[in-house]
Amino acid sequence: MELILVNVIDGLVTGLLLFMLSAGLTLIFSMMGVLNFAHASFYMLGAYFAYQISLALGFWVGLLIAPLIVGVMGAGVERYGLRRVHQYGHVPELIFTFGLALLIEELVQFVWGKNQMAYDIPDILNFTAFSIAGNSIPAYKIFMIFISVGIFMGLLYVLTKTRVGMIIQAALSYPRTVEALGHNVPLIFMGVFGVGTALAGVAGVIAGPVLGTFPGMAFVLGSIVFVTIVIGGLGSLWGALVASLLIGWITTFAKSYNIAMSDILNGIGIATPENLSDNMFRDLWTVTSPQIADILPYILMVLILIFRPAGLFGKRES
Amino acid sequence: MKNMTKLGAVSALSLIVGATAAFADNIKIAFIDPLSGPFASTGTNGLHQYQFAADHMVNEKGGVLDGQNFEIVPFDNKISPKESLIQLQVAIDQGIRYIAQGNSSGVANALTEAIAKHNKRNPDSRVLFLNYAAVDPALTNDKCNFWHFRFDANADIKMDALTDVMAADDSMKKVYIIGQDYSFGKAVAAAAVANLSSKRPDVEIVGNELHPIGKVKDFTPYARKIVASGADAIITGNWGADMLGLGKSVIENGYEGPIFTYYAAGSGMTAAFGESAKDRIRLISQGGINPIATEEARATYDAFEAKYPEGNIDQSRIFNVIGMLAKAIEGAGTADDVVAVANQLEGMEYDSMWGGKIFMRPQDHQAIQDMHVGVHTNENIDFDYDNSGYGVFTESTVTMASMDSPTTCKMKRP
Repeated sequence: MELILVNVIDGLVTGLLLFMLSAGLTLIFSMMGVLNFAHASFYMLGAYFAYQISLALGFWVGLLIAPLIVGVMGAGVERYGLRRVHQYGHVPELIFTFGLALLIEELVQFVWGKNQMAYDIPDILNFTAFSIAGNSIPAYKIFMIFISVGIFMGLLYVLTKTRVGMIIQAALSYPRTVEALGHNVPLIFMGVFGVGTALAGVAGVIAGPVLGTFPGMAFVLGSIVFVTIVIGGLGSLWGALVASLLIGWITTFAKSYNIAMSDILNGIGIATPENLSDNMFRDLWTVTSPQIADILPYILMVLILIFRPAGLFGKRES
Repeated sequence: MKNMTKLGAVSALSLIVGATAAFADNIKIAFIDPLSGPFASTGTNGLHQYQFAADHMVNEKGGVLDGQNFEIVPFDNKISPKESLIQLQVAIDQGIRYIAQGNSSGVANALTEAIAKHNKRNPDSRVLFLNYAAVDPALTNDKCNFWHFRFDANADIKMDALTDVMAADDSMKKVYIIGQDYSFGKAVAAAAVANLSSKRPDVEIVGNELHPIGKVKDFTPYARKIVASGADAIITGNWGADMLGLGKSVIENGYEGPIFTYYAAGSGMTAAFGESAKDRIRLISQGGINPIATEEARATYDAFEAKYPEGNIDQSRIFNVIGMLAKAIEGAGTADDVVAVANQLEGMEYDSMWGGKIFMRPQDHQAIQDMHVGVHTNENIDFDYDNSGYGVFTESTVTMASMDSPTTCKMKRP
């Protein structure tokens, strides 16, 4: 029972981290119709910038400044890169962001090398907040939860309650009309791209100390972010939140409990074959939940695409 | 006058030919390991150590035979067996006769098979496989062949020495085994279970599991299981980002005991572990560097640090590979006939500058050497890793570990 509570907290942390990445990506997609392959690379840049700043000025300054730098870089990429490529259609845009992802990874390796960086949790947060049956919950995890919930609240408020948010939402659906009303739509696009990448930067800053800061960190997280926004529904902030939490909890619970496939099959009335080593379904019988935990989100994505192609909260038909 | 021109042209031509001949005289060693992706740091650091060892131990001392230099040619295999086979073919096509690889036994298994086939079919362009770190026991047992030489101790030898140290601790009651889901992780788990059950039958193995290699983002769920199992020791063979992720996660989430492992040092890991893992991580390896064994080793390490201020010698056996290969080529009198070189390597006894002797066992091509168990600490450290002040201090040594261990290898010689 206690372990369930611990896993709920762990899954929440994983899910919220994923949310910060997918929120930006899904906003950018709904606005521009571009899948930004370089999104996870901005997450990596956030971690590296924060590490570099934390060496000189400490963690907290890094937390403030690194996302700003990443956001400005993101806005620059939109203004001087994507906007020019945009007129040639979606495929060049995809290729552009894909190339950018490779470029950023090489650049990071060039500047910082291929080693793990010693980017650490600040001392003030380096203690155990509380323990549940011997499992300690680090204070840093609580801090991560607060930061990401805060960001979600802020985003939701800006998007639904403020004038800027209304213009953004209008520009999502009817960009030409909004432009005709005298709003600078390209500027809005640039702003959204900048904010989206800055969010990825924040995720990098706070995830770097726990998940490790190394050149492969974007690669490890890259594909799961796309899965998240597909499950949640492209362009939906609530969808991104629900899908992130769902993935966080599914993978955490699947890894924490050794549920064997043979138990499930026996449970639904199929007996274990006698000669398991000769059986053609041997691999299926011997599989356990931790082994397949990381592909469960992909299975979920396939199911969602079959039964609800627009995603959990998506509005788009096509 | 016409003749003069001809003479000039001929001599110029011969100069060019001579120059290319001298250039081609370099003895090339293909280094096939990950230079990009999640394990890039491990691969790149290995490459630097190879290049330095070749320059420092061979080239700067006048080369081998009549002044031939060693040249390390890097190939990026992205840790994929499929990619490695392509790179192997490229290397062979470039006329390279020596293949060095170490990261991932999955890759090594693919390479050793491909090399055995290639050598059988193409007796004119045979190659040798210098395995410096892939420690799946099968490579020198069921899958052994004449072309494969392993310079690191295999997983069984390491686990034997490691469990000797563990067994001496009477307070240890519950052990958790966790590793990467591929041949090496499975070999470590099997060796750990076998050794523990014979040396300490009273110890309970409370967990034995594998996780996907290089794909786990967050080790927290695994750490929770380990803590919940009540384990007071962990055994893992993890390396690279998987080692750091697992180690940091278990320590942060309330695990109090030691971690017994193979590869938890260098490549930024020592710095990232820092204070949190002091006296917690115990590593088994060959060639301890604290305390340093010889003055030659000290000078070598100082020179390495001068060239790569950010680097570490965390795989000192690479220097043994270069040293033993040079000795074998000198002994054979040729670098082109790899059978002669292999015959020299077989049964070779080599005095390592890192201390002790290395004996290349002829029956299975497994190097037998001293094994050291060290602890991650910042006390008595001459040579730290990652400029962090922390390093690995040797606590105990097993001389010529597993010298008489059995092997199932039936070596077929050409």
